[in-house]
Amino acid sequence: METPEKIYTVTELNNQAKIMLESEFKGIVLDGEISNFKKYSSGHCYFSLKDSGGQISGVMYRFKAVYLKFIPKDGIKVRVKGTVTLYPVRGSYQIIVDEMHEKGVGELQKKFEELKKKLESEGLFDKSRKRPLPSMPQKIGVITSPTGAAVRDILTVLKRRFSNVHVLLYPVRVQGAEAPGEITAAIEDMNRHFPDIDVLIVGRGGGSLEDLWAFNEEIVARAIFASKIPVISAVGHEIDWMISDFTADVRAATPSVAAEIVLGRKEELIKSVDNAVVRMKNSLNKKCAVMGDRLNAALRRPYLREPELFMSGFEQGFDIAFESLVAVKNRMFDSYTERSRTLYERLNILSPINTLERGYAIAQKADGTVIKRARDAAAGDKINVRLFRGSIGAEVRETVDG
Amino acid sequence: MSEKKQALKKDFEKELKRLEEIVALLEKGDSPLDESIKLFEEGIEKASDMKKNLEESKRKIEIISKKSGLFTTEKFGDDEI
Repeated sequence: METPEKIYTVTELNNQAKIMLESEFKGIVLDGEISNFKKYSSGHCYFSLKDSGGQISGVMYRFKAVYLKFIPKDGIKVRVKGTVTLYPVRGSYQIIVDEMHEKGVGELQKKFEELKKKLESEGLFDKSRKRPLPSMPQKIGVITSPTGAAVRDILTVLKRRFSNVHVLLYPVRVQGAEAPGEITAAIEDMNRHFPDIDVLIVGRGGGSLEDLWAFNEEIVARAIFASKIPVISAVGHEIDWMISDFTADVRAATPSVAAEIVLGRKEELIKSVDNAVVRMKNSLNKKCAVMGDRLNAALRRPYLREPELFMSGFEQGFDIAFESLVAVKNRMFDSYTERSRTLYERLNILSPINTLERGYAIAQKADGTVIKRARDAAAGDKINVRLFRGSIGAEVRETVDG
Repeated sequence: MSEKKQALKKDFEKELKRLEEIVALLEKGDSPLDESIKLFEEGIEKASDMKKNLEESKRKIEIISKKSGLFTTEKFGDDEI
């Protein structure tokens, strides 16, 4: 081995290669297919970009990744803008991505914006035009691929909800050149031949913008607009709105959500009818209870509960009255008795009989006048002398004046 | 059949409104008892009719096929759900 001009350390080499790569491949645009995509909790995204001949590691830091307009997934073809660099610790090289777009999206995006503006100005998105969903959804038309995720998701919701509904699936292709025409024809056929359908769900599962493109086609939008049956647009692309989303009466983020919306309304109705029954029963019960209380209150009144009580009340009153009458009478008599007794006593004191009892006598003339002085009588008068017991007839012999 | 169904649907909205009205009247509780009972009977009858309508349809999943302009439907899915 000859003496080399320069001997590098690993670090020196890596650093120099890093500088070379960064100056040579700064802000380049690269097309490739994503593989091994991983988003860390830090928000940084790590992946590889590959084509048929090879691959390169890529990283998109969080502060750039927040501007992503789609969810990168393995297999999606993208166009990125970034700078190639070398990671000295590992000596591996990678591209630090600043921007990432789905391939062909720029053009599609432009088409989308133009069509959106056009249909909007024609009034296809008018809120006033949106019809309410039927209150009694019994028959649901589903326009989607019979093998796709959408129909599976809808049937899963149906199973989980135990809903009695009639689902009519109109099978169509939901991506590729034939898709817009088939979807349009299906909407028209459903309206013409199955007018008793209550609501149409038109949609598909998620995919790349290209895959979903049929739902951004003008003929599909116009068919949705013309549909007499209310339409729910259900394209499994939660971030961006499709033209069909703007045109439909209701937009569901995914087919499952569409099914939930439709079945939810029916369950809501059943619940509100049940609820009405409960409320009616309660009000009537309450009313009856109020009446019952009044009746009971009336029945509890003593006179109704025990008529005898009512009578005995009367009787008691009568007894009391009678008693007091007797009392009054007695009192009256007592007072008479008392008075007559005093009178009698006083009379007794005044009565001469008591005096006669002690031996005094009363002399009376024949005419009954009491002789109080000797000169009231003359000799020879016949007088009567009244004693305590009996009297004596006597003749005056002489009188002596006193 | 379809016309009849259509009419049924329109009626349903009307019936629902009437039912709500009855509930409100009963809850207000101003009407005399015999009137309340009449309202209650009407409401219960309506509610059970409506529930019958809501629940009468069987769960059915069918796929449409179009052959030379004619539409036929057949059962879709692998299981009886």
